[in-house]
Amino acid sequence: MEDHRTPPRTVPIASATFSDPVTAEIRRAAATGIYDIRGGGAKRRLPHFDDLLFLGASMSRYPLEGYRERCDTSVTLGTRFAANPIELDIPITIAGMSFGALSGPAKEALGRGATLAGTSTTTGDGGMTPEERGHSNRLVYQYLPSRYGMNPDDLRRADAIEIVVGQGAKPGGGGMLLGQKISDRVAEMRNLPKGIDQRSSCRHPDWTGPDDLEIKILELREITGWKVPIYIKIGGARPYFDTTLAVKAGADVVVLDGMQGGTAATQDVFIEHVGQPILACIPEAVRALQDLGMHREVQLIVSGGIRTGADVAKAMALGADAVAIGTAALIALGDNDPKYESEYNALGTTAGAYDDWHEGRDPAGITTQDFALTARLDPIEGGRRLNNYLKVMTLEAQTIARACGKSHLHNLEPEDLCALTMEAAAMAKVPLAGTDWYPGKPGTAY
Amino acid sequence: MHTIDLSVTPLREMNATLQALTADSNTRVWEIANPKGAHAIACGLDAGISVTVMGHTGYYCAGMNKQAAITVKGSAGPGVAENMMSGTVVIEGDASQYAGATGHGGLLVIKGNASSRCGISMKGIDIVVHGDAGHMSAFMAQSGNLVICGDAGEALGDSLYEARLFVRGSVKSLGADCIEKEMRPEHIEILTDLLARAGCDAKAQEFRRYGSVRQLYHFNIDNAY
Repeated sequence: MEDHRTPPRTVPIASATFSDPVTAEIRRAAATGIYDIRGGGAKRRLPHFDDLLFLGASMSRYPLEGYRERCDTSVTLGTRFAANPIELDIPITIAGMSFGALSGPAKEALGRGATLAGTSTTTGDGGMTPEERGHSNRLVYQYLPSRYGMNPDDLRRADAIEIVVGQGAKPGGGGMLLGQKISDRVAEMRNLPKGIDQRSSCRHPDWTGPDDLEIKILELREITGWKVPIYIKIGGARPYFDTTLAVKAGADVVVLDGMQGGTAATQDVFIEHVGQPILACIPEAVRALQDLGMHREVQLIVSGGIRTGADVAKAMALGADAVAIGTAALIALGDNDPKYESEYNALGTTAGAYDDWHEGRDPAGITTQDFALTARLDPIEGGRRLNNYLKVMTLEAQTIARACGKSHLHNLEPEDLCALTMEAAAMAKVPLAGTDWYPGKPGTAY
Repeated sequence: MHTIDLSVTPLREMNATLQALTADSNTRVWEIANPKGAHAIACGLDAGISVTVMGHTGYYCAGMNKQAAITVKGSAGPGVAENMMSGTVVIEGDASQYAGATGHGGLLVIKGNASSRCGISMKGIDIVVHGDAGHMSAFMAQSGNLVICGDAGEALGDSLYEARLFVRGSVKSLGADCIEKEMRPEHIEILTDLLARAGCDAKAQEFRRYGSVRQLYHFNIDNAY
């Protein structure tokens, strides 16, 4: 018999604002008094290449025959001033990641895989290691605010110099390599005591602003005999103005990194709330280059969440000359592999979500300096896996380009795209699917 | 001695000539005439040669120097001897900001005054300033010695690592994590040697030493501000 003294209760509804992850973070912050530090880049859903579609060819466009008609993928970077521009077989490069953040075997594997695939790797905040110089046919040397390990011999050993002004995961932020990962070797390379935190400043120590940078670039060119290209890497924050100033300062190549870009360690609040998605940044950077009459004269490399050949093709269609991958390359090596699930569980996480790279306990041996863990990564096998992945991405991009009737990836264009969402249409400046309109289109009311 | 006249010879040609010299080159003494504030003079050298610049220089003179002994008979612009690896750079006049920034080794002597951020992020270089040094000098300095025979500006040694700072005059203020430390006999010995090599007649005993408290060496939210 129904008990009328206890009426039916409403169904419990979790708050969309105070979701489980949000409340868990509030409890964690209340318990520790410290903001969350992690790696891995932005994790929330952001407007992305997934919100764009290729139109393909039917009547009004003529497709190329798959596997028979050539779709070229080569790219030359640094044609503006450098005597020796970089020639790549594929327009997918490996982004800068430091020795220190990554293990020696991981750096070697990146070099091996990139060389097999005919592309370049990039050093990071920590200097050049023999592993990556020895195994990278084409190596880009990052010139960072910290200047850890910076020396003229390595500058002259590099195939290009990338001046890092900003990073997509943390525009305006400095680096953090916590003491847990400072082994004897890392400490020696960085001129710091073992085991202490290493702070990388957010600004370069010996220049302030683009006018100084122009003179700095002159010095770097004088030291390297005007041979190698000078890249300038900017975080995806104000891409039109930053690209304009980078070109004005004398860049051969602009590297534009969106907020989905990875980082070894920084504040979660920074990763998730500073910067713009790469989708929103590319058209503005391209517009800056076009306004200066420098599109394709100064090459544009974009990064930040590139995962597939479709992403590559979409970046090309929006006007990029090449892309760079970081997090995806680490996953290809074996980062967050489910075979280490029990060990991830022991660290309080799960395969696919492990992001405490700064703690130096990575079971995959990639983001650690622990000898027992780093020994787990076979650099030859890692290089093979990365090469496979790069080949697949390239094949995917070629397949799409052929379907759009393009004999080179660089012939892809915004007209090959439509957008699934209003946001993506507005950011990419391509029509909303089924229409010829995007928000902000010149000559329209909205 | 060979002279290169920068009013006639292009910068690239001058630097290429000096950069091509090796330990067994016949001509080891060079003079640069008419620098007129040009940038990147004598940068990237890598031989035990002597170069005298006859006048004022612009940015990044002697940048990333290795082995060479470079003297500027005038004042130097920003970033002189930046990231120097070894050798000696002497500025007869004043030096603008970031002198010796990120230097890994060698000796930088500034006979006049140094502007702000002298020795910023220094990583093993020795710097001797005969006069005063501006604010934020030795910011994030990692190792090496900064000697200031005159006064130091604000925030000396902010966020300092293991570099040693010696100041004879006043210090307007110390930066975060920087404190005065005891001058022990080994410091007197280091400083005496540096002063002698820098051609400075000051007495080591007249200086005070500053160094890191090391409270910023491990991340602690209580240090945030």
